Amino acid sequence: MEVSRREFLKLAGLASAGAVVTASSGALLTGCSPLIGMEDESLNAKNMGMLFIPSRCEEGCHDCIDACNKMHNVPKHDNKDHEIKWIWETEFQHAFTEYMENELLKERMEHMPFLVMCNHCANPACVRVCPTQATFRRKDGLVLMDYHRCIGCRFCVAACPYGARSFNFKDPQKGLQNPVPNPNFPKRTKGVVEKCNFCSERDIHGQFGSPELPYCVEACANKKGSLGESALIFGDLKDPEFIEQFEKIQKDEKLIPLRRKEIAGTQPKVYYLV
Amino acid sequence: MIEKALTGSKKYWLWLGFCATLFGVGAAFYIDQLFNGLQITGMSRDVSWGFYLANFTFFVGVAASGVMLVLPFYLHDQKEFGKITILGEFLAVVACAMCITFVTIDLGRPDRLVNLFLHPTLNSILFFDIVVLSGYMLINIIVGWSILDAEHKGEKPRRFVKPLIYISIPWAASIHTVTAFIYAGLASKPFWLTAIMAPRFLATAFAAGPALLIIICLILRKYTDFDPGKVAIKKLSTIVTYAAIAGFFFLLCEFFTAFYSGAPEHTATLKYLMFGEGGTGLQPYMWGVMIATVIAIVLLVNPKTRYRDDTLVIACVLLFVSIWIDKGLLLVIPGFIPNPLHEFNQYFPTLKEAIITFGVWGLGCMVLTVLYKIAISVKLEVGDQEIEH
Repeated sequence: MEVSRREFLKLAGLASAGAVVTASSGALLTGCSPLIGMEDESLNAKNMGMLFIPSRCEEGCHDCIDACNKMHNVPKHDNKDHEIKWIWETEFQHAFTEYMENELLKERMEHMPFLVMCNHCANPACVRVCPTQATFRRKDGLVLMDYHRCIGCRFCVAACPYGARSFNFKDPQKGLQNPVPNPNFPKRTKGVVEKCNFCSERDIHGQFGSPELPYCVEACANKKGSLGESALIFGDLKDPEFIEQFEKIQKDEKLIPLRRKEIAGTQPKVYYLV
Repeated sequence: MIEKALTGSKKYWLWLGFCATLFGVGAAFYIDQLFNGLQITGMSRDVSWGFYLANFTFFVGVAASGVMLVLPFYLHDQKEFGKITILGEFLAVVACAMCITFVTIDLGRPDRLVNLFLHPTLNSILFFDIVVLSGYMLINIIVGWSILDAEHKGEKPRRFVKPLIYISIPWAASIHTVTAFIYAGLASKPFWLTAIMAPRFLATAFAAGPALLIIICLILRKYTDFDPGKVAIKKLSTIVTYAAIAGFFFLLCEFFTAFYSGAPEHTATLKYLMFGEGGTGLQPYMWGVMIATVIAIVLLVNPKTRYRDDTLVIACVLLFVSIWIDKGLLLVIPGFIPNPLHEFNQYFPTLKEAIITFGVWGLGCMVLTVLYKIAISVKLEVGDQEIEH
């Protein structure tokens, strides 16, 4: 078979172009995993959760909420209807609506602040209803949002039994100073849903050094002087050491673990020790 | 055939102009929404679905009700419906198109609509709903158009049409069932968490849709030379009567379960709607709808008033409007009131939101008028020959 010089050059050009495309798309697919540790099999065995002990809270302290809002650039809008809330404070009867009529319990809990946030459910209703998998459950039990895939249908907002999800009714930049408090955290646009992410952007599993804590937990521990006295505790509910710590607090401080809206069947992973 | 839509009386063009204006104004305000986000609506963090999705839900019902003409004609050989099945099919097409528009304008990021198909998610009811709605629209436009075309040419309809018609019958039930499942599958919303949601949706749809068709038939008889036939309207009004009674019965069933059991989560929303506990914004609408429905049922059950055109029109208008308000304000919205933390935050559509919504109505009326113009011109041309089926 005779190949002219011209044809040979054409073929060679095509072949090399093909090689470049294949190599670069391969790099794109493998090189930039969208979230740290998505492919890490060691995350499979984990099931991250949070403990909250309201009796340890200091009156008027909002360090946890402030730290979260600052590090995630949570906007502050004047109109209450358009609020974005990741972690916020409410009263017992609002956090635990099923005990609303229980006067004895209510009386004892009345003066305590109750922090509410995404429960990172083991059986999340939001993930079930999302039509684009923009919200999904990571292998370590974190329920996360892809702000770049969300179409803003708000089905997840309707499905969440905890009211933990916020929709950007307006441009979030309008509720933030310029420059934003933390330029390293992904920017959101108007028209997408957002919520607490258990600080998935931090090295919570210690893959690159000693494990980092979610900002709210860190802020509380800093305020209290030690992690042992923190009102917020973060850990792996499958880790026997963590469970031991969990049980010790219950015993020592005579507390029982409650979860919000058990009736919704979502298996929430934020425990309230009351 | 399409050329038949291009000639018409002055009234025809005036009406089309009116619809186009409505659509144009709505579109202009939608551009505002594109730039400023959904903050221009009355929706909030707590009531996160509003007028758009409520109208979507209502029009899924209107689309499904086309089957109330197709089914008796093709399965029960009710020949009187032959002349107007095309009206039902084209109404279904337009209603589906309106539904898809309502879902799209409700999105925060409509530019990402295509993600629905790039990342198809079988466990999401919304994904299924879009699939069945587009499918139903396609089936009806194919069936309606090919039958009309065959009539126009004096031929038998093409062979593929018949199986499509049979598929369209259960498909009609499926679109409204899947839409009901969007709401009835959420443990977070006790007001919606009821197994009779889908049956209730179907019953009210089969009342509202045929009621609209009766109104349309009477308008066509008055303003065009087309006569839908007395018997057809009579039979349609029977369908409306039974469906309206079934729908009202289902509502009473909801009341019983909530109030007799006294389960707090199930009664909270109904107490809000009926007795204004937590806000009285929607209370007058709730009572208004119940009274209007009862009046309509009384007018329909009594044969004397059912067979008189003027009282029939009153009953149909009352039913159509009350079912629209029922779905529009009293079903989707109160599902969010109180919110999961038992806080009461009110919702009412803003003016801009209403204008955009009626813009979609304008678009629907415009397309429907054009399709009906074509259908009626063909029917008048071929005359009273019996339709093959």
